[in-house]
Amino acid sequence: MLELIDLNLNLEGDNGKVSVLNNINLSLEKKKIYVMTGPNGGGKSSIAKVIMGIYPLTSGKILMDGIDITEKTITERARLGIGYAMQQPARFKGMKVRDMLTLAAGDNTESSLCDLLFDVGLCAQDYLDREINASFSGGELKRLEIASVLARKLKLVLFDEPEAGIDLWSFKKLTETFEDLNIKYDTTIVIISHQERILKLADQVIMVENGEISEITDKGKILDEIEMLDNSCRCRQACEIRGKSNAIECNR
Amino acid sequence: MPLSVIDKKILEEVADLHEIPIGAYNIRKNGEGAGRNTTANIDIITKKDKPGIDVIIKPGTKNESVHIPVILSKDINDMVYNTFDVGADSDVLIVAGCGIHNSSCNTSQHDGIHEFFVRKGAKMKYVEKHYGEGNGSGDIVLNPKTIINVEEGGVVELEMIQIKGVDKTKRDTTVVLAKDARLVVTERLLTTNDQYAESNIKVELRGENSTAQIISRSVAQDDSNQVFHLIMRGYANCRGHIQCDSIIMDNGHVSSIPEVSAYHSDAQLIHEAAIGRIASEQLIKLMTLGLTEEEAEDTILQGFLK
Repeated sequence: MLELIDLNLNLEGDNGKVSVLNNINLSLEKKKIYVMTGPNGGGKSSIAKVIMGIYPLTSGKILMDGIDITEKTITERARLGIGYAMQQPARFKGMKVRDMLTLAAGDNTESSLCDLLFDVGLCAQDYLDREINASFSGGELKRLEIASVLARKLKLVLFDEPEAGIDLWSFKKLTETFEDLNIKYDTTIVIISHQERILKLADQVIMVENGEISEITDKGKILDEIEMLDNSCRCRQACEIRGKSNAIECNR
Repeated sequence: MPLSVIDKKILEEVADLHEIPIGAYNIRKNGEGAGRNTTANIDIITKKDKPGIDVIIKPGTKNESVHIPVILSKDINDMVYNTFDVGADSDVLIVAGCGIHNSSCNTSQHDGIHEFFVRKGAKMKYVEKHYGEGNGSGDIVLNPKTIINVEEGGVVELEMIQIKGVDKTKRDTTVVLAKDARLVVTERLLTTNDQYAESNIKVELRGENSTAQIISRSVAQDDSNQVFHLIMRGYANCRGHIQCDSIIMDNGHVSSIPEVSAYHSDAQLIHEAAIGRIASEQLIKLMTLGLTEEEAEDTILQGFLK
């Protein structure tokens, strides 16, 4: 349903142009769950932002259901059914949770807004009339961000490290929510994550490093590698799997 | 005097009123009285020595309102002195809006001096809305002066709103708080084109345990200019907090000049001010929900100024 063809992205850095993405080719199929993982600064978020239209491509093409969307704006892509849950969501002085979710859902019935908040583990009574201001903690903001994307019944959703700031209790709920979304609306899901439990949701795992896709594999292989790291790795630098040091974090 | 279509539109803007209000009211149109109603508890008397009215609210009056809209549909210079006596232990809403429709090339100006005596234990919410319209080239000028004396245990909520339409405004507000008195000021201001707005708010926390909060939010668009002097002075064991936030767009210009002064070692005063453009993450977020850039901007401003 989505094809990235020969994507290159250069961004302006402090010391001139920086090449962020090189020759990315990727094809996402309808209704599948992809988990994008790899080291920090490798280009995962940039791929998501290029798909959403937030970063303009230096060269390459993006096709959605066969239609070229390369030149389309963020707004147009949103209306075509692409959504993006940001890694660090913005706060809005004066805007209430209710306003944000109504904008996202296009529907403001109390029950549907409550369901959305319930899905991300927030109590509607406490939150609907709260302003999205500095009083929101990082975790609360993150959940609201996810709710605002869930509200939209999309074809393709990009979640940028959704688990950051989410406590363990809510984690299970979060993974269920992703699975529901996938089943209910046939949504294709791309999750940027380093979490084993998120990796378990994946139909395919996309490894991104140094601005390139280094490997696309099934989750079994990655999970095996994690197990190996867990069992026999004393220090990450010392661990080599199939001839290269593994990108999956080993925290011992 | 019957109200015209223009009058009604202005009334709606400044007082959220479609028709003649319920409760006590005094409508002033082009420098003359256009309607008045008093109630058993609220009396309105025309001043003898100068233009204006005395509004006298009996002690213990609860849940009543006074509307004193001013309509200018001619290019005149109107000056008015109003005095309010809010009786002890009463709880009232006072709405003073000024709307100007200027279709001439001359200046329409309304300068109002409003003085309030909020007696012991009384609760007053005072809403002041400014609105200007008309396709003439004449300036629309509003210079309100508000002086509020709050006696022991009095609670005052002040809402000052001016969204577009007013070319020049200089607003002076002084509030003096006695023991246990509380004040919350909410200011909302949006200027466009080459409009100029100045807001000077001075709060004197004179009494023990008095508290004051000023929440000022403004947007300066196009080539407009805004200046804020928000001053809080503590003379007793008291608490005061100023929050001043402005969004600048285009070539808008905002100066925020605060003063917090403590004349007592137990005075706690805080000032926070921020000026900046709309954060791009906010715009992007709303665009990813399907809004255009303009719609996203409007939505953010609407929330900010709510």
